[in-house]
Amino acid sequence: MEDLGWWGVVLAVLAGAIRVSTPFLFVSLGELLTEKSGRINLGLEGTLVMGAMSGYAISYLTGSPWLGVLVAGVAGALFGMLHAAICSLPRVNDIAVGIALMLLGTGLAFFLGKAFIQPQAPILPAIDFGWWSDVPQVRAALQINVLFVIGLLLAPFLLWVLTNTRWGLIVRTVGDSADAARAMGYSVDLVRLAATMAGGFLAGIGGSFLSLYYPGSWNEGLSSGQGLMAVALVIFARWHPIRCLGAALLFGGAGALGPALQSVGVSQGYYLFNAAPYVLTLVIMIATCSPTRTLAGAPGELSITK
Amino acid sequence: MNAPFLRTHANGALGLEAVGMTKRFGGLTALDDVTMRVSAGSFHALLGENGAGKSTLVKCIMGYYHADQGQVAVGEQEREIANPRDAHALGVGMVYQHFTLVPGMTVAENLVLSRSHVPAVVKWADERRALDAFMAGMPFRVPLDVPVSALAAGEKQKLEILKQLYLKNRFLILDEPTSVLTPGEADEVLGLLRRMTREGKLTVLTITHKFREVMAYADEVTVLRRGKFAGTGRVADLSRSDMAEMMIGAREIPHGASRLDNAIGEPRLQITGLKALNDGGLPALEDLDLTVWAGEVVGIAGVSGNGQRELVEVLAGQRPSAAGEVRIGGELYGATRAEIKRHRLCLLPEEPLRNACVARMSVAENMSFRSFDDPPFARGGWWLNGSAMRGAARDLISLYKVKTPGPDAPIGTLSGGNVQRAVLARELAHDVRVLIVANPCFGLDFAAVSEIRSQIMQARNRGAAVLLVSEDLDELFELADRILVMFDGHLVYETPTPDADLSVIGQHMAGH
Repeated sequence: MEDLGWWGVVLAVLAGAIRVSTPFLFVSLGELLTEKSGRINLGLEGTLVMGAMSGYAISYLTGSPWLGVLVAGVAGALFGMLHAAICSLPRVNDIAVGIALMLLGTGLAFFLGKAFIQPQAPILPAIDFGWWSDVPQVRAALQINVLFVIGLLLAPFLLWVLTNTRWGLIVRTVGDSADAARAMGYSVDLVRLAATMAGGFLAGIGGSFLSLYYPGSWNEGLSSGQGLMAVALVIFARWHPIRCLGAALLFGGAGALGPALQSVGVSQGYYLFNAAPYVLTLVIMIATCSPTRTLAGAPGELSITK
Repeated sequence: MNAPFLRTHANGALGLEAVGMTKRFGGLTALDDVTMRVSAGSFHALLGENGAGKSTLVKCIMGYYHADQGQVAVGEQEREIANPRDAHALGVGMVYQHFTLVPGMTVAENLVLSRSHVPAVVKWADERRALDAFMAGMPFRVPLDVPVSALAAGEKQKLEILKQLYLKNRFLILDEPTSVLTPGEADEVLGLLRRMTREGKLTVLTITHKFREVMAYADEVTVLRRGKFAGTGRVADLSRSDMAEMMIGAREIPHGASRLDNAIGEPRLQITGLKALNDGGLPALEDLDLTVWAGEVVGIAGVSGNGQRELVEVLAGQRPSAAGEVRIGGELYGATRAEIKRHRLCLLPEEPLRNACVARMSVAENMSFRSFDDPPFARGGWWLNGSAMRGAARDLISLYKVKTPGPDAPIGTLSGGNVQRAVLARELAHDVRVLIVANPCFGLDFAAVSEIRSQIMQARNRGAAVLLVSEDLDELFELADRILVMFDGHLVYETPTPDADLSVIGQHMAGH
């Protein structure tokens, strides 16, 4: 094996960015869609873990990882439906409901997933984009999962939907001015239900990536807050799908920093480097928030911007 | 119906007639047998004071409210308008006082979205071409790619009007369209609308209380007063004072509560150069100078939204002042609790349940807000004595005839008049030196009204300086020693009540 030196770190971070970013990407696109309709779903962390568990379990039971991905999405959509249904009741705060569902989702996943910690389920295939290279590190880095490719295409597709379709315009109207939407005769609660369910579907798929590709097994420490960080990421991306993609890659790269440095022998401060995504979250939240002006691009109906 | 004025203009303008419109809300008759005729291609003004029923009438026409009686004819036919969608189908559109645009979306997106049928996939290239062509034919233009949140109020108002024209509405109802505009913007928008009515493309019905705009732009006017038809005519045939008299009425000036001829004392409340901003950060009050002497009632008249609320909020300590100073008895006053107590300032704001009460706390607790941390209600300033509070509250309840199940009932369960009485009891419980009252009788029955007014008069007779902010001119004529008119954040007119002329006051209220 050739020694690439510090290039190895760069390559490992890039590879890590692609690998680690996929759940970020799916959860943040889901959260973006939900927030565009005017609600924050903090429960996506629970949805993510639930998706990871159910995807893994179905893959193990049926032998089809793709069926697992689908079921993970459906489980996420059900959680989204629950969130939207509870939030449509009068005097209910979406953030409080989100936290409750986050705890419910993780708890339920741990309870139902006990039996699937040991067995190995079939995992998702990767496409070898590195066939042109002789360097094994490059080949390893370019083993890209199909879900990442789907996510890559999903970001521009979501942008197109939000700007060019009736459904996209209606979702944005509901998220920006519920009064205007009602005046036009749209049902605010129904639109939010659909948007939250679609968001949950994507978050569930993001969870299945964790258990079915990377790290590629089911255990209770699988998620390390990706679902919550995705909320920060959406704010950082200013509610724009393409910027979401960039932000997800950035967070993924930060998450891969620790293992990458370890691979070239820098083991001091390993845990400190592993904390890079959390530090990044904090820095971004501080840098992008201001007490005097409201966030540009924020949907007007969000409870945090109202 | 086959009246010539209803005949649709060759260029599209519609005529409209509303006959015998009556609308009741519970026991209140908001609109009583009102008839209005708007001829095709005219610019028609609907004039009246607050609460005269103007909005109710147009909302009945638009189908937001279902009128209890009356018919509406659009074009030459009588029509059944059950909801705003029916009105739109007939080509009748309305621009509301609050904007109905989606702030985060661009002008183009807002226009396309306003259509009754939005295609599943919007082909923006085609839509842009159509919108550009539409804009080119319009008298005023708004940039298409800018988000609505970045537009100024005047541009938003123009966009609301453009939206109605984009939807091909040919009868346009505007609800106080210039209330958010500067005079320059108002002239531009109204001038352009007037030109469109001249060309016969559009009929405009505008709700207003501004005489200036009626005189400058309207062809015809219909005046409402207290839910009833008060007059109509061609603007060219009417003078300003004719319209003011129709609007305010040749009322008898009531002299109720006994006014003692006590000597006026020293200047008690002095406001100099006061400036305050409204919720949107724009100036609501500017360079306000006002002195209230001990033993007099100073009444402030004005159409709501001209800075009265902000003035009361500054005095109550609910809103910071941006410039200027308030002095009480010569001392600077910053509305702290200690100052309020020391100067014995009492305040009855409008909507007291929201502004001066905690709805879920008991009547006794609400009644002791001013003094709960003083003996005998508190020992050492912190150990509260509930039975003393309840005892004092019982006395006040019987003295001010507050109808409540008892001192422990949550104040939010009381009726509006009784909340008003309870707050007034609290505020007048001690020897008052400065009393500030805003619309104290809004929505109350006659008995409660005369009682509350006599309490205010008694405070004055005891030598308090009273500032009374009211939209009810009768109330001001009854209580005030001097009447000042507030318009656009300034005090524009002052007169001693015995010399006051209703029509002159009405004109100043409308900005003259």
